[in-house]
Amino acid sequence: MKAINFDDLAKSIRKDVITVSHLHKVPHLGSCLSIVDILTVLYFKYLNISSDNLNSEDRDRFILSKGHAVPALYQVLKAKSILTSDELKDYGSDGSYFAEHPPASGIAGIEAATGSLGHGLPIGLGMSLSLRIKDIDAKTVVLLGDGECNEGSVWEAAMMASSNKSKNLIAIVDFNKWQATDRSKNVLYLDPLAHKWESFGWEVYECNGNDAKSLIQEFDKIFSSDTEKPKVLIAHTIKGKGISFMEDDNNWHYRTPNDEEYKNAMLEMEEN
Amino acid sequence: MRKIFAERLTELAKENDDVVLLSGDIGNKMFDDFKEVAPNRFFNCGIAEANMIGVSAGLALNGFRPFVYTIAPFATVRCLEQIRVDLCYHNLPVVIVGTGSGLSYAELGPTHQMLEDISLLRSFPNMTIVCPCDPRETDLAISQSFKRNSPMYIRLGKKGEPVLHNHDFEIGKSNTIRDGDDVCIITTGSMLKNVLGIADTLGEKGIKAHVEHFHTVKPIDKNSLNKIFNKFKIIVTIEEHSLIGGLGSIVTETYVDGDFEKVKILRFGTDDKYLSKTGSKEYMIKEYGLDYNDIVKQVVSVCK
Repeated sequence: MKAINFDDLAKSIRKDVITVSHLHKVPHLGSCLSIVDILTVLYFKYLNISSDNLNSEDRDRFILSKGHAVPALYQVLKAKSILTSDELKDYGSDGSYFAEHPPASGIAGIEAATGSLGHGLPIGLGMSLSLRIKDIDAKTVVLLGDGECNEGSVWEAAMMASSNKSKNLIAIVDFNKWQATDRSKNVLYLDPLAHKWESFGWEVYECNGNDAKSLIQEFDKIFSSDTEKPKVLIAHTIKGKGISFMEDDNNWHYRTPNDEEYKNAMLEMEEN
Repeated sequence: MRKIFAERLTELAKENDDVVLLSGDIGNKMFDDFKEVAPNRFFNCGIAEANMIGVSAGLALNGFRPFVYTIAPFATVRCLEQIRVDLCYHNLPVVIVGTGSGLSYAELGPTHQMLEDISLLRSFPNMTIVCPCDPRETDLAISQSFKRNSPMYIRLGKKGEPVLHNHDFEIGKSNTIRDGDDVCIITTGSMLKNVLGIADTLGEKGIKAHVEHFHTVKPIDKNSLNKIFNKFKIIVTIEEHSLIGGLGSIVTETYVDGDFEKVKILRFGTDDKYLSKTGSKEYMIKEYGLDYNDIVKQVVSVCK
């Protein structure tokens, strides 16, 4: 089997995400670009999720708890052939099922509707418990934002996962150091984030969340760990990653690229 | 009501391996039998109701039938948005069982009284709300809730309630508990016991009251209401719930939406306030504006 070039794959997904944002004025571009590498590595190397096993009980489950970044997930699901270009073609137009947050309308590959923050980890915990009752060894992976860790329900779930020894539950925090209006550490004190999770009973891993090699190094450990603890990966990322004039600029939480910005973004993608 | 809920659920869990029970750190001993029957399907979710609802959604999304149990205000209002998004938006077969609804826990103060739950929950699409009047209805509501594919809230009282009737029970259908021609009293849940007392007193005064019990307040039994609107000139609603958005509101909304002769509707429910004073249920019910003597007096004066 041909080795996957994760950088090329991520670049192509970034192009699709930026194009959709430009064409249909879809916001949260910075949040999307932040998680592209995480999603690409997860879906193309670790998760047992494909168009063939979407209804199979022993598939892995993935929940995008930071639902506002779903434009990135849609493109990854397309790259995985779980969604087709044809299905996605009305994206952004009236009557489309592809909302700006993952809907509950049964879109292939979307396990749970999110958008209101702090919901994904409790739901993921419930899924993980259900797999254990059925004696199925599949993983449940939940991707959270650092701003999302403001929500108390995240920590309620964190405690219950530990007391229930939910060893197959994996949380990933997309730690891009921003939330909607400010640096996340300025809004609600987040540091030391890794230590917080550790003190809640989780096995903690850290990596550069925009680097495939670094992600693979930690996911290898996480997916092969046989401890009883739930696992969390603190993925240090850059909001707007991949486009120089978007990187670490929080204006791109809500902004969408105009024609010139779009052209420049695409040029930059071609050059790098 | 609590006891029969635990017993019925244990029976259901014996026969069905998809029944799971989530408790918000209450009723521990009550569920000993359940834990024995299904040790890996009982979860004490602690004092963390938002998470508990999310966990129930995750279980339901993977094919289980969760029952979620805690004290009514914490089972509903504390985690209202989780109920809205995780259960109602996803339309999942999760049954929320709230104990101590209305003024069951009057002595514990307004934090534990629950007089706004029907109003809040009935505005959510897909939600069914059932208020059993006695242990027998509780038993049947639990059994029937298991056969449904959408979220349900079962509003329970406390314990020691007497059995009030033996009519057929079907979610979505009201029951005629007593026949009468002069006035129709509409009620829901454990208030039925008091309504029967009010009907007796009215009888002594020569007023024959029809008593209709709507254990299901959403979806409301419109056929039954339509018959009542066509038959009676005086309708009285009595509920252990705020006058805002509860059964009285449902009855008047249904009346206004239809095309009926003029009807006098008297609504009795709790006042729009929180009380600093405390006391027994009997005392608090009066303080909140549900004085039975006063209700009788008002009904008599309208009937004359």
